[in-house]
Amino acid sequence: MTEAKLSLRDVRVRRGRSELVNVPHLDVLEGEVLVIIGPNGAGKSVLLETLALLQGPTAGHVLFEGQPVRGRQLGLRRRMAVVFQESAMLRRSLADNVAMGLRLRGVPRSVRRERVRRWMERFGIDHLAHRSALTVSGGEAQRANLARAFAVEPEVLLLDEPFSALDQPTRDDLLEDLSAALRETGVTTVFVTHDRTEALRLGDRLAVMMGGAIRQMGTAVEVFAAPVDEEVAAFVGVENIVAGRVRSLADGLATLDLGGATVESVASSPEVGLEVLVCLRPEDVVIEPGGRDSHRTSARNHLHGSIIRITPLGGQVRVVVDCGFPLVALITKQSLEDLGLKVGDQAVASFKASGVHLIPRGR
Amino acid sequence: MKRWMWMALLAALSVLVIAGCDDEEGGTGTPQATAAATQTAQATAAATQTSGVTATPTPVVRGPKDIILATTTSTQDTGLLDTLVPIFEDESDYNVKVIAVGSGQALAMGERGDADVLLAHAPSSEVALVDKGVVINRQLVMHNDFIIVGPEGDPAGVQGMTAADALGAIYYTGATFVSRGDDSGTHKAELALWKKAGLDPAGQGWYEESGQGMGATLTIANQTNAYTLADRGTYLAQKENLELVVLVEGDPALFNIYHVMQVDPEKFDLVNGPGGAAFVEFMVSDATQAIIKDFGVNKYGQPLFIPDAGKDESQLTPQ
Amino acid sequence: MDLIWDGLGEAVRIMRSGDFNVWEIVVRSIFVSGTATAISLFIGILVGSLIAFNQFPGRNLAFSLVNTGMGLPPVVVGLFIAIMLWRSGPLGELGIIYTPTAMVIAQTVICAPIVTGFTAAALRNLHPRLRSQLYGLGASRLQMLRLVLWEAKLPLLAAVMAGFGGAISEVGASQMVGGNLAGDTRVMTTAIWLEVSRGEFAPAIALSVILLVLIFLVNLILTTVQQQERR
Repeated sequence: MTEAKLSLRDVRVRRGRSELVNVPHLDVLEGEVLVIIGPNGAGKSVLLETLALLQGPTAGHVLFEGQPVRGRQLGLRRRMAVVFQESAMLRRSLADNVAMGLRLRGVPRSVRRERVRRWMERFGIDHLAHRSALTVSGGEAQRANLARAFAVEPEVLLLDEPFSALDQPTRDDLLEDLSAALRETGVTTVFVTHDRTEALRLGDRLAVMMGGAIRQMGTAVEVFAAPVDEEVAAFVGVENIVAGRVRSLADGLATLDLGGATVESVASSPEVGLEVLVCLRPEDVVIEPGGRDSHRTSARNHLHGSIIRITPLGGQVRVVVDCGFPLVALITKQSLEDLGLKVGDQAVASFKASGVHLIPRGR
Repeated sequence: MKRWMWMALLAALSVLVIAGCDDEEGGTGTPQATAAATQTAQATAAATQTSGVTATPTPVVRGPKDIILATTTSTQDTGLLDTLVPIFEDESDYNVKVIAVGSGQALAMGERGDADVLLAHAPSSEVALVDKGVVINRQLVMHNDFIIVGPEGDPAGVQGMTAADALGAIYYTGATFVSRGDDSGTHKAELALWKKAGLDPAGQGWYEESGQGMGATLTIANQTNAYTLADRGTYLAQKENLELVVLVEGDPALFNIYHVMQVDPEKFDLVNGPGGAAFVEFMVSDATQAIIKDFGVNKYGQPLFIPDAGKDESQLTPQ
Repeated sequence: MDLIWDGLGEAVRIMRSGDFNVWEIVVRSIFVSGTATAISLFIGILVGSLIAFNQFPGRNLAFSLVNTGMGLPPVVVGLFIAIMLWRSGPLGELGIIYTPTAMVIAQTVICAPIVTGFTAAALRNLHPRLRSQLYGLGASRLQMLRLVLWEAKLPLLAAVMAGFGGAISEVGASQMVGGNLAGDTRVMTTAIWLEVSRGEFAPAIALSVILLVLIFLVNLILTTVQQQERR
């Protein structure tokens, strides 16, 4: 049983008249990456600040390794490090900024220098060490921000939407680097975001937060594939997310083992044997009655299974087919009537290789 | 490099704080009025010659080191105190703080006990204070006279008249007249003269009130070619900078009489009784009176004051 | 116009010959105003950081008060402090009326709101996330304050210069609580006033020139430092 590094019990945070956070129970387990995902204004940042001991809750307790925390204990705060969305650098050289956390802890200069150099190299910014922190780009500043936090070698790392203000390519790069660093260090991490790709890439567990409360907690698959209620479903998106593995790679196509079924997807980089999460939009899935040999579509993937649920959603219909794993398709009401399908019927779900989106899960 | 600059700045500020805390009341016993140094030397020499040096009697009981002397700006502007005060401080080892304000304020300070000794020239107001029991030991020190000065052209034709007549002439010709307007001794004397002439200049377009000291008032009168009532001392001290000339003088009504008096220490806890008494003694002492007699002769060719200690007021003669 | 040329000529002569004890007055002015500014800096940092960093009911009122304080007429300040310090006043027993200490107090009251206002504004203008980030990196309150103040050192320097300028230029309060005593509490501004009231324009102009040069030098320092930092 993994120990809880940080815990919240009966925590409420109130500012003025509004209650921003109401979390009766939350455990951040030692060594895990917990992603807190939710729409803007959900209270995620406030929750993070409470976990980071930057502010005390209005009611309830924060526990560090099982012990209740009093106020904003400096000693405990120094065992953690926080990375915010804004890089908030001081008017000094980049290296000085990266060294800041170490200086605040009174780490001797020689150790400081070594760690700063190492982590700046790790995040690819050591060539900027002597530049003024105010003259570097947003992406470079966030790299420094990350280096600054890692250099401290914290026991808990907390990140509040660190990549939200960056452009997509930079985000992708940084996401990769961060993921690698987290894997290497194994540090307990709390990562707040509203981006599903980041959540899926990094999170061991996901907590969906809406309106100040945690609505659902579980693995990525649990949360995305089986949202606990409509609101959560609306936020996470009605998607097919299935865990799978790369079996082989040829001609720009990857063949995947997916819960017993075989799926092909357009991909060039995943290694063979890599565990992945496969994402497929329900709108990209075409349903035909089963038993047919000729197929109307040019799609490469055809999965056979039986219809296990049909849910009307306005002018569309959500159809779930069990083809080794539950596959969700979204078709028009008219199409369903034309096909004359009902629960229990055999069906073929087809989708293009290009509609399959892979997210590596190499942990 | 830059860091050192900031550190230096911070250090400088700290030094200032520390030094500022040290710079306490009355750094030294003797104010350094070097402009008056020559006069002091002469005065001391004169004193030793004339009276065989009767040392200023130091009272047996000593008070706190500081004495607050409230006096008028006109008195200070003559420079007499710049000569006398250092001598007093040397002999008595007291430290005198000379606060020169308008007569009204000086007497008001006395009434509040904010001063130890007063040197003023507003006899009627002073007497009121004596009656009220606010001041004691009031002694006649000296007198000088007021003069009416004006532009060389003398538009109102007041030259040689008596004071009251001159004011009448100014009133009826509507010539510009600048008053102190500050409740000072000079101002009160001026008002008394208007009253004597049976006239009230208040509200008249040609009647200006400066609200300031004698020096400033003379400057204003000079700039606007106006008449004004001034004490001879200040006029002589500023003569070089003025184009105004003396037009009316010698009228007994123009006497400006100075008294020194102690604020009653019985009435106010914080008043320096022994110090005040010492200063009064000093002002009426023979040695001091001798200095007063010769004061100004070298610079202006005539003395600024006539010493009167011990006399009766009716015995006063014009300068 | 002649007056000014004559005055300037006299001024140079006086300054060179040291005849007028000008330098003693200048040094005292610098010490008194400098001390007032230093104390104001201390107050300014304390109060400025309190109101800049904390939310509390009446925060807007506090800002308004500081801004009002910046506009306090010095002579009014002088009057009130004089009333307090006179023997007839509540603090008369301290016996500090007509001393440089009283002048430092009066100038501090004039200068502190200026420095506080500038400091609070400077601190407010810092990156809104900076403090949280520093705490998030393990800063104690004291460490955070030190870092933040150093980060804001340029506008703080401007605050100090503005405060010093205000203190050394004022005449009303210094006159009232200091008494303009020769060798004791005479500073440049009160000395200028005295000489003018006596009609002695040459010394007045000499002192005015020195005062202007001093203020110019002080601002020169600020500008130089600012330019250095920009590079």
